Amino acid sequence: MLLAALRKDFLLQWRTRAQVLAILIFGATSLLLFSFAIGPNALALRQHAAGFLWLALLLSSTLSLAESFQAEMEQRALEGLLLLPASARALYYGKALANWGQLAFLGLALVPVMIVLYDAGTTNIGALVGIILLGTAGLSAPGTLYAAMTSQARARQTLLPLLLFPLVVPVLLASAKATSLIILGDPMGQVRSWSLLLVCFDLIYWSLCGLLFGRVVED
Amino acid sequence: MSADRQGAVVPYALAALGLALLAWGSSWGLFAAPGETYMGDVQRIMYVHVPTAWNAMLALTFAFGCALVSLFKGGWRWDARLEAGMEVGVVLSTLLCMQGAIWAKPTWGVWWDWDPRLTTTAVLVFAFAGILVLRRFVDDPVKRAVWSAVATIIAYVDVPIVYFSVRWWNSLHQVQSSPETVSKAFHWPLRINAFGILFLMSGLIGLRTRLAVLRLESELAPPLPPPAAVAPASTRGDR
Amino acid sequence: MTDQPLLAVDASGLCRRYGRRWALVDVSLRVPTGTVVMVTGRNGSGKSTLLRVLSTAIRADRGTARLAGFDLRTATQKVREHVALLSHSSYLYEALSALENMQVEARFLGRDSDRKALLPLLEEVGLAHRADDSVETFSAGMRKRLSLARTLLQEASVVLLDEPYGQLDPPGFRLVDSLLDRLRRRGATVLMATHLLERGSELCDLGVVLEEGRLQWFGPAAQLPSHASFGPAAEGN
Repeated sequence: MLLAALRKDFLLQWRTRAQVLAILIFGATSLLLFSFAIGPNALALRQHAAGFLWLALLLSSTLSLAESFQAEMEQRALEGLLLLPASARALYYGKALANWGQLAFLGLALVPVMIVLYDAGTTNIGALVGIILLGTAGLSAPGTLYAAMTSQARARQTLLPLLLFPLVVPVLLASAKATSLIILGDPMGQVRSWSLLLVCFDLIYWSLCGLLFGRVVED
Repeated sequence: MSADRQGAVVPYALAALGLALLAWGSSWGLFAAPGETYMGDVQRIMYVHVPTAWNAMLALTFAFGCALVSLFKGGWRWDARLEAGMEVGVVLSTLLCMQGAIWAKPTWGVWWDWDPRLTTTAVLVFAFAGILVLRRFVDDPVKRAVWSAVATIIAYVDVPIVYFSVRWWNSLHQVQSSPETVSKAFHWPLRINAFGILFLMSGLIGLRTRLAVLRLESELAPPLPPPAAVAPASTRGDR
Repeated sequence: MTDQPLLAVDASGLCRRYGRRWALVDVSLRVPTGTVVMVTGRNGSGKSTLLRVLSTAIRADRGTARLAGFDLRTATQKVREHVALLSHSSYLYEALSALENMQVEARFLGRDSDRKALLPLLEEVGLAHRADDSVETFSAGMRKRLSLARTLLQEASVVLLDEPYGQLDPPGFRLVDSLLDRLRRRGATVLMATHLLERGSELCDLGVVLEEGRLQWFGPAAQLPSHASFGPAAEGN
């Protein structure tokens, strides 16, 4: 059943791929705006590049996550699936994995933008990809749960970031710090510890949210 | 489930007792106790700060407990207690941050020094205030109860993670910067204040719970209307 | 279908509220397996709510019910395996095509999701020529037809239809009639909420009248038109 959910979610993402492009442009624009906020100080820009990358990704994630439940709610398709019966857990993991994929894609696509705007390149591509994967996983798990919740409530555009942002502070901290170390140099080998923190967060929240999702979507 | 005046006596009494203890402990700590050797008078805020910290955590843990019961056992009272505990917890945590700022300015020259515990508290304030906002935007009481409980559990589990990540993040700057160490002579005002805030908090939670219960009563349908005057036809159909 | 219980629907004292309003009040119903039941009543009388409660889409605040022998509360997943609901919401993904919607459902049901396997069903509801068009481009009537196909795919033993004739054209009406006939021949139990009294009283075996959330009348469908005048409370049988 997880496979069925995955196929469904990836199919939906593929059909609405134009929106991903729009979100990517939004993310790139945010990076541009952040650089204006700092000013043309090359050194400062390079130092803050990692933080801004993750901020842009965080902001883009609210758009991406909210949109992921749009299709499920407009004709109550999610309820239709639950009544088949489909396991709520499978539906959650399918959606969370698809969201993870989309966020990881956005993150990786924003890296070249960051490299160009902030002169923040690195040769350690493998580690960078790894951190982006771990960090976006941390955003996707609680984000998918909260997106499911807020898409059924009023003021949904405000509620999702309101609930998600405080929660993912550890993800933001760890990912930004690790990315910064990868770009600027990591003499004391701290990237490992930050990665471990991300792994812990991911393990905890991928299990916890999977358990609680059923209660959030049932009536 | 109707509220009666008798039910309000205990919370009011607790709150009054709490205020009295708090007044006693605070006046002792703030005015009568000897000043601390190194930090001087600013350290006195610790008499209020430490008890507030304990109780803020206690209130939020209480909210977490209510969330668990509300989710797995159900019952409107637990949702009401959750709301009360969370509100009081958010208020206390906000006070904690303010106290931290008041202490930091004369000591370090800045309003905020990114101390791990206070920073975690600030994140907590936003997280739980967000849940309180969520409650305002959900009209259906059942959904509201389930969603707040879920959100509370998720936010509470995050607390230690936030604390550790901020601590690591800040450890490079080596700042241990909240009013903490207390030598034996100063314990009494601290304990009195701790109990003072505890009773005050319990009283407030009790009162706030009653308020939440009253609101729920007004939102949910009154008991079922009496059976219709005409009895329905036989409930077994025949072809 | 082996081992069918005698009663497809065995409900007792069902109550459901929405905020301050009780939408269902003390509804008790016993429907023998294999019958086609018409559920009627004014707008807001609780027809949809009843069907949604019986399908486990929403929970009853009070009362108990067994569907196809399984308890709504304690064996929810089992109930869902045996019940299919045609709801007011189409349960469709607008961004996907008609065929893709069916394929998604087939995969969750563990059935063959091949094009060849699903086209016949689309053919039956008259949508085979639009199988690859996105649902977004469909009219309301076409969406209804697709929802019907979706419901039939589940091959449930208890089928709950909420206003199946809604938005359909005359050929669509005949389609629903033939589907009802097919379901009856298959031995399925059908509860159909509709306002079309004449049609219902001809096609159905039993009739239920709801008024303000209460069960007002339950008897042979042929007697339905005289009881469901939608006026003041009808006399008991």
